Amino acid sequence: MITFMNNSDSEEEPCNERTSLMSAESPPVPSYQDGLQASEAGEAQAHRKRRTGSSHSPNNIADGDMSDSGVPVRESALENEEEELTLKYGAKHVIMLFVPVTLCMIVVVATIKSVRFYTEKNGQLIYTPFSEDTPSVGQRLLNSVLNTIIMISVIVVMTVFLVLLYKYRCYKFIHGWLILSSLMLLFLFTYIYLGEVLKTYNVAMDYPTLFLVIWNFGAVGMICIHWKGPLQLQQAYLIMISALMALVFIKYLPEWSAWVILGAISIYDLMAVLCPKGPLRMLVETAQERNEPIFPALIYSSAMMWTVGMAKPDTAARGPSQQTWDAGEDGRDNHRSPSHADSQMSETRSPVPTRPITSFEELEEEERGVKLGLGDFIFYSVLVGKAAATASGDWNTTLACFVAILIGLCLTLLLLAVFKKALPALPISITFGLVFYFSTDNLVRPFMDTLASHQLYI
Amino acid sequence: AFFWLVSLLLASLIWFVSVHLSDREDAKLQYGLLIFGAAVSVLLQEAFRFAYFKLLKKADEGLATISEDGRSPISLRQMAYVSGLSFGIISGVFSVINVLADSVGPGIVGIHGDSPYYFITSAFLTMALVLLHTFWGVIFFDACEKRRYWCLGLVVASHLLTSGLTFLNPWYEASLVPIFIITLCMGLWAFVTAGGSFRNVLKCLSC
Repeated sequence: MITFMNNSDSEEEPCNERTSLMSAESPPVPSYQDGLQASEAGEAQAHRKRRTGSSHSPNNIADGDMSDSGVPVRESALENEEEELTLKYGAKHVIMLFVPVTLCMIVVVATIKSVRFYTEKNGQLIYTPFSEDTPSVGQRLLNSVLNTIIMISVIVVMTVFLVLLYKYRCYKFIHGWLILSSLMLLFLFTYIYLGEVLKTYNVAMDYPTLFLVIWNFGAVGMICIHWKGPLQLQQAYLIMISALMALVFIKYLPEWSAWVILGAISIYDLMAVLCPKGPLRMLVETAQERNEPIFPALIYSSAMMWTVGMAKPDTAARGPSQQTWDAGEDGRDNHRSPSHADSQMSETRSPVPTRPITSFEELEEEERGVKLGLGDFIFYSVLVGKAAATASGDWNTTLACFVAILIGLCLTLLLLAVFKKALPALPISITFGLVFYFSTDNLVRPFMDTLASHQLYI
Repeated sequence: AFFWLVSLLLASLIWFVSVHLSDREDAKLQYGLLIFGAAVSVLLQEAFRFAYFKLLKKADEGLATISEDGRSPISLRQMAYVSGLSFGIISGVFSVINVLADSVGPGIVGIHGDSPYYFITSAFLTMALVLLHTFWGVIFFDACEKRRYWCLGLVVASHLLTSGLTFLNPWYEASLVPIFIITLCMGLWAFVTAGGSFRNVLKCLSC
């Protein structure tokens, strides 16, 4: 355990940057909306929007609007179309995000329910130094609040540090940090997880096989997350590392601290993303100003993935603002890109076969995906996992929290479609989840148990 | 599902408060309170189903106004089916998942003198309940849409009846058989309400 605790420094780094950063919601959604709404033409991405505007029909209308020749009827028709497209794509994105969140939660709950290791108390992280084994309730509460304050301040410091690094363009440092933390997650935590699962099911595995399996898993994971790889594989890896991180949290956070931390972090998330000087908001705005994707290792993207390799020299005669997009697009397999554009664009426009236009459309598709931060995945899974672990073995509580989180996610995405800017994904879901957890555990459980013991159905 | 959960929450809140305010020792009173709690829960479920209907109606109107041809992409019948199904699933799951989880573990059913058929009857009852909720959803939405309030009352009454029948529970003939009969009747009613008919069935089977 000593070695583990020593590692916890770097282990906290991935968790910190993940949690802190990734509570931000999808930055590109505003840009896609920008593409549709001419009224935001004044923003920095105006030139990019006009490019995209030229390539598809709603934006032709948008161009008309831009030139202020709009008859009010035309404008309202435009707005209706925008709203309809918003809602149509919004609903699709809700589903696209439900699946990974559900998968992550399923993995976490399955592990918690079957592998004993993650519910045993074997020490605490150095970030939560106060123990909860105190005799009195007041002391325990005080300790958990102190733990929370320490944890949140660590997260705030890490986030501000990351944002400063990003602002001052210390990309190499950030990349190195990300690579180090994902290395550790992919290798060390996977090794521990695999070891515990094998122990639970009493399966023997020799070291060479273990080494081979973990090496392959980790190496492919590193390549997929930080470089290029099939979208689904990247999504699968992101889900797996979120689940691993959530399991670590569930194991090492003491009970009351965990709940208070969940509450505090959703408040922090709300402030960090919505306040004008909030670090996450600044990060998102800086990324948008520079037309750069936020690091792919920290965001789950439901549509095309973005690659880290930015600004490759551009061959075609496209504008400089296109460079980052084209680099990402060039990096993928050629046969994959048109098919992606086809599958996702077929609803609204027919894919044009020539390559430059396809890349425009692909550009749309990248923007059209909803992006959810990995920290959100982690904290949702922590909530559901804690419910599964500590709710006296009751599945009803777990299910109730699961439904609550999904509904919260739905509402958040709805708000995203309405407000069209980066939103914190944690507060609504975590609030619903917490309310449902405590109420189900204390109120519903005795009711359902009594009903079930008499075999009564309601 | 969310709405059903909220209704369950409120119902259990009421039950919990009533239990705590009453005498713990009196078994008859506790049982009576349980019946009361179950009845309140049924009424709340139906109330929330109505609230959900209102919400969906609003959303439907919104979708219809902004869609291209003036009609919403999802018909009200589909919404009724989905809502009934989700109520059914969440209620069924909540009723049975703990039983399932315990059934994986070691033990002998009914060793303390209860019925040894607990698991299988639970399974059948849950299935009936899920189907019933689906049918009730379809009939309910249709009745609200066409403002046939007697249909609504009949749905609520049958829900109360079903729940009440489960109170007869170790006497399985009296509870299971009527519940299945009610399920069949509701199924036929929902089928007719959704526009099915004997000819449709024949057409479907013959092609």
